[in-house]
Amino acid sequence: MPAGERTQPALWTILTPKWRGALARLRQERSGSRARLLLVTITGLAFWSAIFGVAYRVLSYIQRVPDIGELLAGKVLAGVLLAFLTILLLSNIITALSTFFLARDLDLLVAAPVGGTRLYLAKLAETAVHSSWMVALLALPILTAYGMVFAGGPLFPLVAIAALVPYLILPAVVGTVITVLLVNVFPARRTRELLTLLGLGALAAVVLFLRFMRPEQLARPEGFQNFVDYLVALRTPTSPLFPSEWAAEMLMNWLLQVSDPMPVVRLWGAAAVALAVGVLVHRRLFRLGYSKAQEGAERKLRRRVRGPLDDLLRLLPPAKREFLLKDMRLFFRDNSQWSQLILLTVLLIIYIFNIRSLPIHSGERIPFSLVTIISFLNLGLAGFVLAAVAARFIFPGVSLEGRQMWLLRSSPLDPRAMLWSKYWIGTIPLLVLALAITVLTNWLLQVSEFMMAVSVATILLYTLAVSALALTFGVFYPQFGTENAAQIPTSFGGVVYMMASLCLLAVVIMIEAVPVTAYLRSWQRGEPAILTPELFAAGAAVVIILGAATIVPLRLGVRRIEQMEF
Amino acid sequence: MIRLTGLVKRYGKFTAVDGVDLEVPRGELFGLLGPNGAGKTTTIRMIAGILRPTAGTVEVGGFNVQRQPLEAKHRMGYIPDRPFVYDKLTGGEFLRFAAALYGQDGPVVERRIDELLDLFELTQWKNELTESYSHGMRQKLIISGALVHRPDVIVVDEPMVGLDPKSARLLKDLFRQFVDRGGTVLMSTHTLEVAEQMCDRIAIVYRGRIAAHGTMSELREQTASGDLSLEALFLKLTGGLGDHQLDAVLEA
Repeated sequence: MPAGERTQPALWTILTPKWRGALARLRQERSGSRARLLLVTITGLAFWSAIFGVAYRVLSYIQRVPDIGELLAGKVLAGVLLAFLTILLLSNIITALSTFFLARDLDLLVAAPVGGTRLYLAKLAETAVHSSWMVALLALPILTAYGMVFAGGPLFPLVAIAALVPYLILPAVVGTVITVLLVNVFPARRTRELLTLLGLGALAAVVLFLRFMRPEQLARPEGFQNFVDYLVALRTPTSPLFPSEWAAEMLMNWLLQVSDPMPVVRLWGAAAVALAVGVLVHRRLFRLGYSKAQEGAERKLRRRVRGPLDDLLRLLPPAKREFLLKDMRLFFRDNSQWSQLILLTVLLIIYIFNIRSLPIHSGERIPFSLVTIISFLNLGLAGFVLAAVAARFIFPGVSLEGRQMWLLRSSPLDPRAMLWSKYWIGTIPLLVLALAITVLTNWLLQVSEFMMAVSVATILLYTLAVSALALTFGVFYPQFGTENAAQIPTSFGGVVYMMASLCLLAVVIMIEAVPVTAYLRSWQRGEPAILTPELFAAGAAVVIILGAATIVPLRLGVRRIEQMEF
Repeated sequence: MIRLTGLVKRYGKFTAVDGVDLEVPRGELFGLLGPNGAGKTTTIRMIAGILRPTAGTVEVGGFNVQRQPLEAKHRMGYIPDRPFVYDKLTGGEFLRFAAALYGQDGPVVERRIDELLDLFELTQWKNELTESYSHGMRQKLIISGALVHRPDVIVVDEPMVGLDPKSARLLKDLFRQFVDRGGTVLMSTHTLEVAEQMCDRIAIVYRGRIAAHGTMSELREQTASGDLSLEALFLKLTGGLGDHQLDAVLEA
């Protein structure tokens, strides 16, 4: 009998291909273009500095509010962590679908003598790292700001890690358990129903999140009968059963030097129990689900993409027409892609609902400067939504060609034509969306005609730029080996793209803010509205920057794709 | 029809293809034979325009694949070793797309698609998503895709992988008739029987270089191998079987 018959590979051994792969990618990245590395570093630092700067200023302000400053800071932290928790849960469910049921290493691992618990822990670790690294990076500058404003001391980073580890494990375990259960009901490859459920789950999560936050209540102390009621509302945990609240309590207890072990016990206890439940569910249901996951390939088409669009496309040369049709067919037939439209709709409804709920025109006299600030904030928010939509739908474009690239590269299709086709097929719907949300929200805000014109022009130009950035970052950071399209936007390249597009947005808004506000102020005072040289200069700067942000990335993308080897 | 001159491909310090010179004329079925990792697929992918050579040139139909890629590719059909196709397209849609990439559409293409699907017994699967196809069916689909635009040259990497005996025979006959009508086929394989039965001339590739090339009898002459079989000849050129290694593995 071979000596190793009863022994199992260590968890670390099972994970070897993952961490070795990550190290190899890092080495490749380092040995790649220095300009690219520099760009990524600068963008990352700028983004983190911006988050840290905003968090530090807000916290410094809150801390100085007499009596309730510390309570408010705790509330804000709990709210931020709750928002992260919903993102983590969704991200873990989507990632777990790949890591547990679609990954290419599964055949090898399931066929090897690896026990259920070890396989679960290895895949859980992979899922948690994939889903959480972005949130962890985002939390870093925010927690640093907390540590600095409230003088957390040199041990605060360790306390933060001790709070974040169970906080990240919990949604990962819940995500994997939900996925294992759902795949046992619906085969993983027949994900239409699964993802529709996910979409509805996300909708419910967001509604619950808003309900738990009740931000309007805290922003209006006059709504409470007396100050004691307001204090009680501040002291009461808004979501006492969620790990975000326990993690926030644990961190605030350290920062405010309160000795209460309960949040620590709750966090770590819940993580241990969740892990045990996860192992149990996996042992019972994984093998069955994995077997079902192999059986779900679709055969018959439900419907064809035909109609007036098809006739319109007939005007194009065959290669361009069929390329566009192919992209549309793949999008609407791939459930993991079209179902993201559900999430997009939820996001838009909440966005418009929030704009509508703002008390700007409710009869109270609001300072003119506040209305202008809100108009610019709205521009920023619309830009953020568009950048996120481009990350979801345009960034993965080239990655999705992946293994079929042999066909495109061996054919006489010009790589430029391919990139342009991908650019316009993503940009045209995005332009329509940009126009719709900007006009609608500005109409709800009752902004002046001038502000409407500025917003529309800016957002249209920004959309052109952000589409080009998404496509080009997708070319430079392709995910050809991915099993799940929904994971592509949360890859390293996707995050770098988001940072770059948000930095661009911030630059544009900063250039426009001062001259536009000055113009609006003179218009408000009834003075003759003159288009000042500053205004012209700002407009020209924005057009040049956004024009360059459109043309330069597209050119780089074409050059890169021509040099790419598969 | 295909001319490789001083073709080199390096990946960092590793040289996968090391100065290959080759000419395959019109009306010939040429085989690249070699062990795994010899550089066959890299050579084929450079001819197809998917990989860029580190040095040297590739010409197809008189056009340089690097400098006049569109003209060269118009004349070529490429069949890769792994049949990756778009999962969410039907077989019919895939072939229509493949034809469109070469600028072809309309009733002529539709008729051609039906002919090819009929030939490879895929007609009943025409309107089904390729994600439900078996490996062999996908292989037959990409072979159809390479033929749909009526190329002059077919470049094919391991054509028989995944095919059942009937389809393999069909493909052999198809390639033979294609070259008899003036077409050119360059195929790579590591299956000796396939090379011996199908190819007019063979090149044995070893460690990125052409160790020998010619007809079977020319190869025997070049290597002074008498009437050795292709297998014995191949092993002689590529380093033998290593019986002592087999013993070591089996006795472990």
